Amino acid sequence: MMPVELLVIGGGPAGLCAAIQAAEMGSRVMIVDRNNALGGQLVKQTHMFFGSEKQYASKRGFDIAKLLLDKIANLSNIEVLEATTVLGVYEDGVVTLEKNGSYLKVKPKAMVVATGASEKALAFPNNDLPGIYGAGAVQTLMNEYGVKPGNSVLMVGAGNIGLIVSYQLMQAGVKVEAIVEGGPQIGGYLVHASKVRRMGVPIYTQHTVKAAYGKEVLEGVTLCRLDDQWQQIPGTEFDVKADVVCISVGLTPLSELLWQAGCQMKYVNSLGGFVPYRDDNLQTSVKGIFVAGDVSGVEEASSAMVEGYLAGLSAASYLGYKIYNMNELKSDLLLQLDSLRHGPVGDRIRKGIAELRIINEAAASKEA
Amino acid sequence: MLAVTGIPTAEDVEKAFPSEERLAQGPVVVVECYQSIPCNPCYTACRTGAIKEFEDINDLPTVDHSLCNGCTLCVSNCPGLSIMVVDMTYTEEEALLKIPYEFLPLPEAGQMVKGLDRAGQEICDVKVVRVVNSKALDKTPVISIAVKKDFVKLVRNIRMEG
Ligand SMILES: Cc1cc2nc3c(=O)[nH]c(=O)nc-3n(C[C@H](O)[C@H](O)[C@H](O)COP(=O)(O)OP(=O)(O)OC[C@H]3O[C@@H](n4cnc5c(N)ncnc54)[C@H](O)[C@@H]3O)c2cc1C
Repeated sequence: MMPVELLVIGGGPAGLCAAIQAAEMGSRVMIVDRNNALGGQLVKQTHMFFGSEKQYASKRGFDIAKLLLDKIANLSNIEVLEATTVLGVYEDGVVTLEKNGSYLKVKPKAMVVATGASEKALAFPNNDLPGIYGAGAVQTLMNEYGVKPGNSVLMVGAGNIGLIVSYQLMQAGVKVEAIVEGGPQIGGYLVHASKVRRMGVPIYTQHTVKAAYGKEVLEGVTLCRLDDQWQQIPGTEFDVKADVVCISVGLTPLSELLWQAGCQMKYVNSLGGFVPYRDDNLQTSVKGIFVAGDVSGVEEASSAMVEGYLAGLSAASYLGYKIYNMNELKSDLLLQLDSLRHGPVGDRIRKGIAELRIINEAAASKEA
Repeated sequence: MLAVTGIPTAEDVEKAFPSEERLAQGPVVVVECYQSIPCNPCYTACRTGAIKEFEDINDLPTVDHSLCNGCTLCVSNCPGLSIMVVDMTYTEEEALLKIPYEFLPLPEAGQMVKGLDRAGQEICDVKVVRVVNSKALDKTPVISIAVKKDFVKLVRNIRMEG
């Protein structure tokens, strides 16, 4: 059994920022990620990010990852375990890991869970044909491994991921036949939609995939229109030839470890699925377990980073570490989150989170 | 409508354009940011004070076109690629559009390419006048194209082939 002070699970923007903040306050941190390299979703994001300067707006995702990884490399009290999967969290606080086929047990004094989210699937006939991918998988293939996924793509879902991956497919020289969206409006940022639209890609709102077809592999899809109740309208079918379909119909938090740890959970649709109750310090209902990023509600890297700093700060302070300007820092982070979520797009997130508030007097008095 | 099609309407574009008087004075920015999202790098990039500080990061940018000198710093910094610079004083017949373009191969100065509208439809032939791809632009090259003045509110993209 390895004694660990602070275990950070997941090395995406949330986990990286949590590790950095806690280590800067003096805590000894172990950060674990199942991928071969840290960075989470950031490493495949070749587009410029939104937000403000504090969240590295206007920089590209992979450059933001580099900035954060440089900071990690300069902090000697952070131990990095890559290609390591966290398998379970037990009642007695033991956490089990798998690395290269060996099984490790650690017992952390505190934990930040920052495991991110996974892509939702979509049911339609023949959706198991080779050539039908999650949009995230295609982005990984293309931008991380340099593999072209196919020649012509139909994108399902006009949220930010669908729009951005469509744009990046075109940058890689792949033809995007169309973007299909079930809802009456484009869900992603309209600037992203305009970027692909002015490349000539049609966006069909209130449409869906009726079925995919192909003998051995995907050859095309039949699309049809949806009515206001999301019911398929017979007689509106048409065909689109494509050798790749990308499904991008939303993400759902990877919250299994939180369930195992016994955290109180709630289904909140606007946050993508089951998410943990948390207090202002991002501590869950289980003392010493903190959350940050998409696992606590699917949002964005900008807010994931700010939540990461906040969870790192809270975890370090829970472990007894202090810095001189802690209260100032905390209110600045809360202010950043507030302003990122202040607009119409953040409205749903704000309401979702409000359903999950734990008013934790013990934590509050500890802060003071 | 923009939220359904992804294509700004002629009225949307009209609103984003500076006044005729300002256009007649030389290069100036056209900010096509139509939706409240948490984003402000255009303000951070602006050196002349033309793009005002955001009270709330979710606000739409406020532009004082009289302070803009058309420097294009904001063009490559906008994550939405929603900004271009228009110079109606380029020649008698032609305006110069400076647009962000993130595709390879890049066109070359002097090359004729297709001018596309906001739906990706070919509108006219345009001439590439200049391609800037410096390190400071961080992989968002800015290309200048000469466009017949009649088409200045229509052209927003280019296509190289054909
Ligand atoms: C195409 C696309 C475009 C995007 N564009 C933007 C944008 O422009 N601006 C923006 O702000 N955001 C953007 N985002 C969103 C942003 O990437 C995510 O919100 C952000 O990465 C969430 O950070 P995270 O740290 O919570 O999770 P992730 O980045 O997903 O990281 C989670 C990490 O946890 C690891 N992990 C999970 N389970 C385990 C386990 N059991 N054991 C060990 N490791 C585990 C994973 O391997 C992963 O590395 C985009 C996302 C996508 C997919």
